[in-house]
Amino acid sequence: MAARLAEEWFAICGGCEVTILDIGEPLLDVLKQVEIVHMPVLMDHKLFGQTGEDAEMAIPAADVGLISGGVRSDEHKKLAQEMRKKCKFLIALGSCACYGGIPALANTFSTEELLEKVYRGCVTTEKNGLPCEQIPTLTDRVYAIQEVVPVDAFLPGCPTTPEMVANALIALLEGKPLPPLANKSVCDECPTRREKKAVSILKRRFEGAEFVPGAPLTEMRCLMEQGILCHGPATRAGCGGSEGTPRCIRAYMPCEGCFGPLTEKANPMVDMMGALSSIGLDPKQIPDRAATFNRFSGAGRLRPIPAKR
Amino acid sequence: MAKTLVIQPVTRIEGHAKVTIQLNDAGNVDTARVNIIELRGFERFCMGRPVEDMPRITPRICGVCPWSHHLASAKACDAVFGVTPPPAGAKLRELCNSIAYMEEHILHFYVLAGADFLLGPDAPYSVRNVIGVLQAAPEVAQRVVKVRHMCAKMLETLAGKAIHPQAAVPGGFSKPLSKDERDKLRKQADEALELAKFSIAFAKENVFPKYLDVVKSLAVINTGFIGTVKADGALNLYDGNLRLMTPSGTYQDFPYDKYTDYIAEHIESWSYLKFPYAKQWGEGFSMDTDGPKGVYRANTLARINVCDYIDTPLANAELEEFRKNFGRPAQLTLLYHWARLIELLYNAENAIRLLDDPDITSLETRVKVTPRAARGVGCTEAPRGTLIHDYETDADGLVTNVNLIVGTTHNNAPINMSVTQAAKSLIKDGQYDQGVLNTVEMSIRAYDPCFSCATHRLDGKLSVKLDIFNADGKLVDTLAN
Repeated sequence: MAARLAEEWFAICGGCEVTILDIGEPLLDVLKQVEIVHMPVLMDHKLFGQTGEDAEMAIPAADVGLISGGVRSDEHKKLAQEMRKKCKFLIALGSCACYGGIPALANTFSTEELLEKVYRGCVTTEKNGLPCEQIPTLTDRVYAIQEVVPVDAFLPGCPTTPEMVANALIALLEGKPLPPLANKSVCDECPTRREKKAVSILKRRFEGAEFVPGAPLTEMRCLMEQGILCHGPATRAGCGGSEGTPRCIRAYMPCEGCFGPLTEKANPMVDMMGALSSIGLDPKQIPDRAATFNRFSGAGRLRPIPAKR
Repeated sequence: MAKTLVIQPVTRIEGHAKVTIQLNDAGNVDTARVNIIELRGFERFCMGRPVEDMPRITPRICGVCPWSHHLASAKACDAVFGVTPPPAGAKLRELCNSIAYMEEHILHFYVLAGADFLLGPDAPYSVRNVIGVLQAAPEVAQRVVKVRHMCAKMLETLAGKAIHPQAAVPGGFSKPLSKDERDKLRKQADEALELAKFSIAFAKENVFPKYLDVVKSLAVINTGFIGTVKADGALNLYDGNLRLMTPSGTYQDFPYDKYTDYIAEHIESWSYLKFPYAKQWGEGFSMDTDGPKGVYRANTLARINVCDYIDTPLANAELEEFRKNFGRPAQLTLLYHWARLIELLYNAENAIRLLDDPDITSLETRVKVTPRAARGVGCTEAPRGTLIHDYETDADGLVTNVNLIVGTTHNNAPINMSVTQAAKSLIKDGQYDQGVLNTVEMSIRAYDPCFSCATHRLDGKLSVKLDIFNADGKLVDTLAN
């Protein structure tokens, strides 16, 4: 019996869907064992019936459901509820679904303020107010999926990794529990050399890292200790997969925090301020710390800045 | 029996859209529209950020073409800082661009659009997809999955991360390429070239001849085109001048940072997406399928039309054959697929050429930059069309203004026109089924639209009127809908 799979995408870029395709050849085996019943990017199941004549949107019953993207409109909310109702096991796919992701940077503005800014730039002759027929209404902010419906498992990352998706799907097909998320930080998997002391004040990120081209990364000084803001200390490990080395470090670039906070309840801002201070760096040098330290985890963590500031 | 048909969601494309078709009492199509129903608001929340963070944030506009945003953004940063990357920096960026293109064009032809041709537009929807393709042509599918995966791995070798990379930085590229890595990539590029050669031969033998009638009739419209060419008129996807071609084939080249002199955008009532048009033609804007005004197209067919030639031999031979068959500019919408395969071949050849270039392993991949108050425009050809990132910064290099025009946005008007044409010709006397509606969707898929890209922004007009503005934002005309 093939397992039935449903996938939906909300406030997304599509990168997590491409990641599923990037599984490579093992994907072919997985596809043989699943029956995709709903997945807009790959197949043509429609929400209001195949010829668009149903009054209510419906998704077929499925064993496994995947949702990528955060909730940004009333329609996303309804679809999340429908997915929860129809899927036995629901996975939040990628950091947008898990924590809001980059689109949740918009949570530092109220929706009214967002639209107001935009309208000011566009047209002043008409004041037609907000949406409108044929276009869904925006929610007041970006929500992570579990803020709207209960979620059974999380696959974070921007995007998540092909390996994590494959391992999760294979475990579900075999009736086994999903592999747990790494319970450590990106720094724990980073091969660079650490001496617990910064050798520079904080630099802007347009300044490159010091490294010897071709030499192993174990010989490169920790980027944070070089004064380059790196989100490794407050970010969950796992992006490097079985190879271990974090993805951005391989390009001599700092972690930007895309795997989200260390734990569900962690406060990345507090964790990062502590990490910076502990090696002698001054976090106050960083403008807009809230949005910088919660860059991928703004759902529930970022809110509009009070007007007086 | 007047009624409204809603196709939601439009499937096997990137991002969110629906089609609303209004049937009149006779059961014929009054209007057909593609409603864009997603938005995220990047332009707003990018303001105030350090400009060097833009190449890290903006790829999240689109996970299917993250490299296009990454590179357009890095180029805009170069311009803001007033620097030129060293040869290796520019060539590593272009190499990544060509590899990302291959991955993307393979994805679209085989995984997204392919099922319509390999299984037929009327095939039941449950098999008319990549899994159906897998069963119908297992060997081809296996090879496609393997090479796509290999392209992702090649990008990881070059940049650590294939999707949402960080390696293109203001002033160049963060990671030099070692000779060992180059040698490995060179072999992989050969394998990609083989698939590119196979793909166009396969399509010319098994796909295009079978659907020639559909190609000649579905979603046919007459428009201008935009694309990037080098100074000598050769196709280029990373850098060059913009070329804006009229429907009759005359054209004008201009530097991309002058885009506001040539293109304006206006707003429709029923879509979150703006409609760019060629303001420089001085005819205003109209989506009348019989006599459009100001409408031009972007993406593969546009680039293949505007370039004088392609500077790699195999792709150029294909271009010549294509022109012999369809003329220049070719207008048939489904030829986007054919043009996509010519570009696939070009990118494979271009990747090999760049890997054979001794500059590519130079250790000098970036130059130092210093913040200043400036405006900088970066432009690349994204797979979906001309992509423009336009930033302004203050003296500290913090972003004060952002404007983004993405590939799919250029095609907003043409897609709507094509859907109107398709719906009007296919739905008569109230007769339609899921195959007919899928064929309407095929006219959208040809453009390989990415509505994630297109709806990065928050804008849109919400009345039921069409307002036309001049470049200064002044209302010049209002048409009742």
